[in-house]
Amino acid sequence: MKYVSEFRARDLAEKLAAQIAHEVRPDRTYHLMEFCGGHTHAIFRYGVQDLMPENVKFVHGPGCPVCVLPVRRLDDAVELAEKHGVILCTYGDMMRVPGTKQRSLIRAKADGADIRMIYSTLDALKIARENPDREVVFFAIGFETTTPPTAVAIMQAETEGLENFSVFCNHVLTPAAIGHILESPEVRDLGTVKIDGFLGPSHVSSVIGSEPYEFFAEEFAKPVVIAGFEPLDVMQSTLMLIRQINEGRAEVENEYARVVTREGNLKAQSLVSDVFELRQSFEWRGLGEVPYSALRIRDTHAALDAEKRFTVSEKKSREVKSCECPAILRGVKKPTDCKLFGTVCTPDNPMGSCMVSSEGACAAYWTYGRFRETAKEAEEAAA
Amino acid sequence: MCLAIPAKVMALEAGDMAVVALEGVKKRISVALLDDVAVDDYVLIHVGYALHKVSAEEAERTLALMAEAGVLKEELEEITGGAA
Ligand code: SF4
Repeated sequence: MKYVSEFRARDLAEKLAAQIAHEVRPDRTYHLMEFCGGHTHAIFRYGVQDLMPENVKFVHGPGCPVCVLPVRRLDDAVELAEKHGVILCTYGDMMRVPGTKQRSLIRAKADGADIRMIYSTLDALKIARENPDREVVFFAIGFETTTPPTAVAIMQAETEGLENFSVFCNHVLTPAAIGHILESPEVRDLGTVKIDGFLGPSHVSSVIGSEPYEFFAEEFAKPVVIAGFEPLDVMQSTLMLIRQINEGRAEVENEYARVVTREGNLKAQSLVSDVFELRQSFEWRGLGEVPYSALRIRDTHAALDAEKRFTVSEKKSREVKSCECPAILRGVKKPTDCKLFGTVCTPDNPMGSCMVSSEGACAAYWTYGRFRETAKEAEEAAA
Repeated sequence: MCLAIPAKVMALEAGDMAVVALEGVKKRISVALLDDVAVDDYVLIHVGYALHKVSAEEAERTLALMAEAGVLKEELEEITGGAA
């Protein structure tokens, strides 16, 4: 390898693992929730869990925007394309997510709806320019990293006078969801999981900064460490969390200081607040209604709001009944607890969004975790 | 879809656009979310927009890691529209 010697990295990883083993207290457990799908991926891909002492457990949280989008919003998008005949533009990750009756955007496309997979909002604007006699709707999803590009597209469409362009906005906010996991009425139904600290999102924080988590750390008395994406970042951040927990501190620390600052990207934040405002409530798959957890387009830009331009019918949306995504997204269950995992539900034939997105916990388990789990079970059975 | 890839700025263009190079691939992206981007800077790109600047060293580390994990290829395909 050209830049990083794998051995050097392994060496460092082993040192960090030894340090963690040295500092954990044997008489307690450490449940650490990673919020970011990128972290879930790194933990599985590099087997970080295997390097941890028994009493340090990673809990996979709802940190994948595809996984938390409720089926109803996806059904709405399908309806926009099918009934209203718009050109619906969407990021590739959304294409295969099953909606009600397993209907996905890719199926709707096969049935003739004009659905285009795009890489960037810039592509959506281009499609709108090239099709002046068609309505073009951008199906916007994502956390705080993906929101600024949507804001720029809205501003750009206004500047250019692109009247056939609008946005179906489903942008959601990370801090609100983290808070909701810790205190919500649904906890009674789904049960709750003990969380001692959080690995904070990396690129989301590069936009919003580490500051929004400060209130949260104080209010819920849980430590947060903003962690980079590399496996070494995850391990270093884990060590920082363990130290905070041992010392009874609940602060926001920043392991990813090479990219994240306290205030974040101010230019991006101001663009976002020019275009969007808070929704009073928004439904998350797995978390239910979460107050002030999502954005909608401000009235000053109402002309570009697909929710105002088109009416979608009130319909009954249904998820696959036995899909355990809601409990998995809360960290209450593991993918292997789901009856459908690996039998009916696989990445080729996903029943729920956690299996579709590569950042979903079910897909990560399927790709990297299932052999490890089976091996472990076999070992335990033999012992 | 949450990953961001670092790339080097080759040229700046009108309308807050820039051309970046990544593994021999050239791509036009938006720099509307950043102030003072210059040629030769490294920027983290997410869905076609530069989100923030990174040092050359950080960029190299991230790219090497992404290449090792096989995600770089996927992301590149997505960027160039090669993915289905
Ligand atoms: S394995 Fe499939 S059906 Fe089960 S929870 Fe995961 S996505 Fe849902």
